[in-house]
Amino acid sequence: MSGARAMDARDGHLLSERPSRRRLWTDRIATGAMAAAVIIALLPVVLIFYYIIREGLAAMNWEFLTQAPPFSYRREGGGYVNGLIGTLMMVGIATVISVPLGILAAVYLVEYGGRNLLASLIRFFSDVMTGVPSVFVGLFVYTAFVVPYGFGALMGAAALSIIMMPIVVRSTEEMLKLVPQEIKNASYALGAAKWQTVLRIVLPSALPGITTGVLLAVARAAGETAPLILTALGSLTITTALVGEPISALPLAIFDGARTPFAAGQARAWAGAFELLAIVLVFTLLARVAASRSSISR
Amino acid sequence: MTEPVFSVNHLNVSYGGNLALKDVCLDIHPREITAIIGPSGCGKSTFIRCLNRMNDLVPGAQVEGQVMYHGEDIYGADIDPVTVRRRIGMVFQRPNPFPKSIYDNVAFGPRINGFKGDLDELVERSLRRAALWDEVKNKMRKSALALSGGQQQRLCIARAIAVEPDVILMDEPASALDPIATVRIEDLMQELKQEYSIVIVTHNMQQAARVSDKTAFLYTEVDEESMSRWGILVEYGPTGGIFTKPLDKRTEDYVSGRFG
Ligand SMILES: Nc1ncnc2c1ncn2[C@@H]1O[C@H](COP(=O)(O)OP(=O)(O)OP(=O)(O)O)[C@@H](O)[C@H]1O
Ligand SMILES: [Mg+2]
Repeated sequence: MSGARAMDARDGHLLSERPSRRRLWTDRIATGAMAAAVIIALLPVVLIFYYIIREGLAAMNWEFLTQAPPFSYRREGGGYVNGLIGTLMMVGIATVISVPLGILAAVYLVEYGGRNLLASLIRFFSDVMTGVPSVFVGLFVYTAFVVPYGFGALMGAAALSIIMMPIVVRSTEEMLKLVPQEIKNASYALGAAKWQTVLRIVLPSALPGITTGVLLAVARAAGETAPLILTALGSLTITTALVGEPISALPLAIFDGARTPFAAGQARAWAGAFELLAIVLVFTLLARVAASRSSISR
Repeated sequence: MTEPVFSVNHLNVSYGGNLALKDVCLDIHPREITAIIGPSGCGKSTFIRCLNRMNDLVPGAQVEGQVMYHGEDIYGADIDPVTVRRRIGMVFQRPNPFPKSIYDNVAFGPRINGFKGDLDELVERSLRRAALWDEVKNKMRKSALALSGGQQQRLCIARAIAVEPDVILMDEPASALDPIATVRIEDLMQELKQEYSIVIVTHNMQQAARVSDKTAFLYTEVDEESMSRWGILVEYGPTGGIFTKPLDKRTEDYVSGRFG
């Protein structure tokens, strides 16, 4: 046995045998195909960022950040501060509504509901709601609230919170499920009641993951256009009213500007897209930093 | 003879209808170390979890019989398991510190129990008693997860004694530790025994012989017909007797290392 092995090695047959041509080529083709797939998948994203940054930066200035648009799309100057205010208001209100409710629902699903009927219903509707086109949400809010009370920031926020809620519920649920039973047991063994364990152990342990889910939801809401057409409508003037007055939002203003045949309107739309992108990115970074801070000393 | 801390009467435990522990009766005495030994799967963890109602958290677990704690049945209708666990602490087989700072780990129990005194002092005292203070006093705000396994286990012991329980249950506390850390934990148990009653599950016969005052030997009984198996208490008494003059053949085989 060992004699045969020694002989093989002496003849150079054991390890130095060259791979067959076929295997070599299969390997090369597979590697090449995967690299091509990665490039094709990334190309649109890179191009989108490239154009938004190039065109957006060209049209960006202090006036854009602080002024409302002129009443004619043809005119140059002005900006989307009305849209910025609207987006911050509506996304802010929607976050305040949907994040606590969504997290509470997820805690119920994981820690209390188990497989009972209510929990199954919440799961089912969350799944359905993540798949529903957002324009339907807009239509619902339109018939239920806009028809009786008129367009306004609150209506837009309602639509956005309906869109955000299922994202928050399902992502938080996944994160809560990852909290190991062992540390929950440790808490119970110290005489902690269930609510104390949830509040002081389960939620803090899952916080970084929950933050990621919330960010996804916020980013999604910040970019929604269709439901806002039906609920906030859009406006060329600055307003901070909650109800009774149409209000602008960055995606609405971008949509409006991009549709015009005039260079000035389109330039403002590029700058608006850049502004929206920057807001979402900065916000994501801040929340990430906050979550990682709290996970060290929590 | 002092009044027993625990008086377990005809305890039966089953998981999803399958009997795991059958008709266990024994008394556990204060300021003693009681060791539970027996082969794997005979129900040692099941037994110890009954003493602080941790089995309530296992889906499908059902407990019958009486566990009298200072004369009160902890499975009684009007007993809140949360109150039971405040009096009867537990250290688990695998170290399970919270993903928090060292300080917050130890302070967790006192905080949720509404502790009003000097928390810093209590944390320091608990860590000193768990023989961990010198190693961690300069990094109290650092994450407990950065400690070694042995340090984590001593942290878990400090966390358990910080709520000043009456009894400490330990389920193989040294099974993941090196010999030095094991000796430290054994020394610590001798220390704690001055004030607490300790029940320890162990696979290590020498450890049981070294540290405990009383030893209970559990064994798996097999029903040949249905092929179902459950744990029973074979023998219980002073540790010296169990290891040198066991009354039961099965105990003798087990402690002398002959299985079968
Ligand atoms: N959560 C559970 N669900 C179902 N069955 C369980 C559960 N925990 C334990 N059992 C069963 O109960 C019996 C006793 O288990 P237990 O964990 O108490 O044994 P043990 O003596 O602690 O073993 P080991 O020394 O390996 O830790 C085993 O047959 C096991 O399969
Ligand atoms: Mg066990």
